[in-house]
Amino acid sequence: MTTQPVPDRETSGQMTPSAAAAGTRLDPWLGSYADRTHGMRASEIRALFAVANRPEVVSLAGGMPFLEGLPLEELAALASHVVATRGLTSLQYGSGQGDETLREQILDVMALEGIRAHADDVVVTTGSQQGLDLVTRIFVNPGDVVVAEAPSYVGALGVFRAYQADVVHVPIDADGLVPEALDETLTQLAAAGRTVKLLYTVPNFHNPAGVSLSAARRPRVLEIARRHGVLVVEDNPYGLLGFDAPPRDALRALEEDGVVYLGSFSKTFAPGYRVGWVVAPHAVREKLVLASESAILCPSNASQLAISAYLQTFDWRGQVKSYGEQYRERRDAMISALSEYLPSASWNVPEGGFYTWVRLPDGLDSRDMLPRAVTARVAYVPGTAFYYDGAGSDHLRLSFCYPTPERIREGVRRLAGVVSGERELVDLFGTGGVAGGGDVQAPSPDLS
Amino acid sequence: MLAGGLSHERDVSLRSGRRVADALRAVGVEVTVHDVDADLVTALSELRPDVVWPLLHGATGEDGSVRDVVELLGLRLVGSDARASRVAWSKPVAKTLLAASGIRTPEFVTLPQALFRELDAPAVLAALVDRLGLPLVVKPERGGSALGVSLVEVAEDLPRAMVECFAYGDTALVERAVRGTEVAVSVVDTGSGPVALPAVEVVVDGPYDFDARYNPGRVEYFTPARLSATASADAADVAVRAHALLRLSGLSRTDLVVDADGVPWFLEVNVAPGMTETSLFPQAAEAAALNLGELYRDVVSAAWRGAPVSLR
Repeated sequence: MTTQPVPDRETSGQMTPSAAAAGTRLDPWLGSYADRTHGMRASEIRALFAVANRPEVVSLAGGMPFLEGLPLEELAALASHVVATRGLTSLQYGSGQGDETLREQILDVMALEGIRAHADDVVVTTGSQQGLDLVTRIFVNPGDVVVAEAPSYVGALGVFRAYQADVVHVPIDADGLVPEALDETLTQLAAAGRTVKLLYTVPNFHNPAGVSLSAARRPRVLEIARRHGVLVVEDNPYGLLGFDAPPRDALRALEEDGVVYLGSFSKTFAPGYRVGWVVAPHAVREKLVLASESAILCPSNASQLAISAYLQTFDWRGQVKSYGEQYRERRDAMISALSEYLPSASWNVPEGGFYTWVRLPDGLDSRDMLPRAVTARVAYVPGTAFYYDGAGSDHLRLSFCYPTPERIREGVRRLAGVVSGERELVDLFGTGGVAGGGDVQAPSPDLS
Repeated sequence: MLAGGLSHERDVSLRSGRRVADALRAVGVEVTVHDVDADLVTALSELRPDVVWPLLHGATGEDGSVRDVVELLGLRLVGSDARASRVAWSKPVAKTLLAASGIRTPEFVTLPQALFRELDAPAVLAALVDRLGLPLVVKPERGGSALGVSLVEVAEDLPRAMVECFAYGDTALVERAVRGTEVAVSVVDTGSGPVALPAVEVVVDGPYDFDARYNPGRVEYFTPARLSATASADAADVAVRAHALLRLSGLSRTDLVVDADGVPWFLEVNVAPGMTETSLFPQAAEAAALNLGELYRDVVSAAWRGAPVSLR
């Protein structure tokens, strides 16, 4: 099925002698784009998100941290102090690998998750997103396979797509990545002659699924990856944002040589600085620095020095704890609203992070339903955004990080109305179970 | 300039609004762009602009309701008034009115979702295919940018097309798909009567969907359309008549299919045609060698010379 009548020039009989006149595709460079650009498409899904940042809409779509808890005046004074006292460094180019003091401080942050490393092993990046881009750039050729959880962080899938990788998903359950399934997938891929370069995983408070890889499974996953010769990319923006239990040991804490670790200040402090980091084995780190220098010369000194001063002078551990308490309150509001308003769906109860992964009642398609949700003034991200292969239409991601608990309740109440409207429609036309076409499309992260 | 709003086409409206505002500023018109939000009425009351141009797509932007509010404040509107917008915005109403005046439009039925609740849905769909044949086009009764629109080639696809359509609105228009050359004819009236701009022909790889409309590359545009002189004149005539019969003002864009016999079939008319960098109205104006800024300024001037719309 396609949309709109397609002109049929062969049968139109309208062509006049001037028919040879050239048309325009409004882009004189159309023939010049690289192969990797051709997969990029405009999406009505992305356009629908344009309304999500209007105050009338309860957005359960974006992943924006709740910054109102930050001491803004003190941070302003700190930023001012940094420029006044270290302005000639702060506003200058800096090291491609990142500020040395900050790299030392990052070791303290990672120590909370059992990671022992040297400041030389750390590469500061423009958000961990750039770290992921660099890792993919130095390892992945077009057609190489990246193995990732099903579902997987949409921003990572976008990077893999940009480098023309194939993503093969591996199932997860309440304890995260399923080791047996991982082993089987890697065995099958090897048998099929495929080159698997990376295992991409978000082991803590997964985006979008909300689950964490159990402590028992961590060594098993590492062993399987090692046995298959696959480098593990551990993406860990949420690890410190657990609600109850202390942080688990990172995969990088258990193994140094087979893991590239991605860390970030975006969720534990503030994403506006765009500061993340990579910890990699020595030889990999060398290549990452070279790749980063060719991409951006150096990460922002202004951001790095501001964060360094923050880590030095503020009770950042207290701030992380306070974030966790706020997010727990919001999680509770989300879960109780789901129980009250959407008992026909199912969901997990995340023990940290930003997201709940909701399974819709049978037959409903989260992508088809989104326009109806926008009309009802509530936004979410359809599950299809988190799969490379169009799966996921039976799920949606709800984030509880940004709206107040009252707004979260209201948002879920509206969503319940949307679900029942869609339910009626699907029952009327008997279309349940027809999977919608999926693609890698999600809102930009600033949609509160 | 009113742009944005809460419709499904907010993003397109914001882009249209910025383009037109820039073009107007370049020719010396003072422009303030405002979203449709809780501050709008206060802002309009305080600013008292010479004219208000609602460049809103979808929902309250095109259905006349925002225009009603502008009129309520005693301000002059660029483009059609609330009453005319309301009529044009409803595709079945516009089609019925124009068909009564002899304009060809594909045979159609209008089906509210509520109807399916009361009747046996598969039976209704089967009757639909019997009556109108295949292929069919399913689209929301209101709205633009191809959102919720499907071309149905086989009957088995019809239920899913209905579901997609009803996600955007509670009433579907199902019409017989006419094969032919798809053209858009823009009409402007700068005070001396409606005039058609050159028809833009749309040739698309795959469906003319949201991606094709706003991501350059998949659509090839021919302006003027590759039609015979007669067919071209007929298409222009339909667009001008539609503009006049529906009592539209300022500017409009009529979408047509010209069939193998050269007959133009009216599909729909837009009172707030898209003005983005890939939209059809600006392409038509440029093909007519018109400076966009000057053209928009003339449309604005004509609106300003007119009397403030009287309340009915």
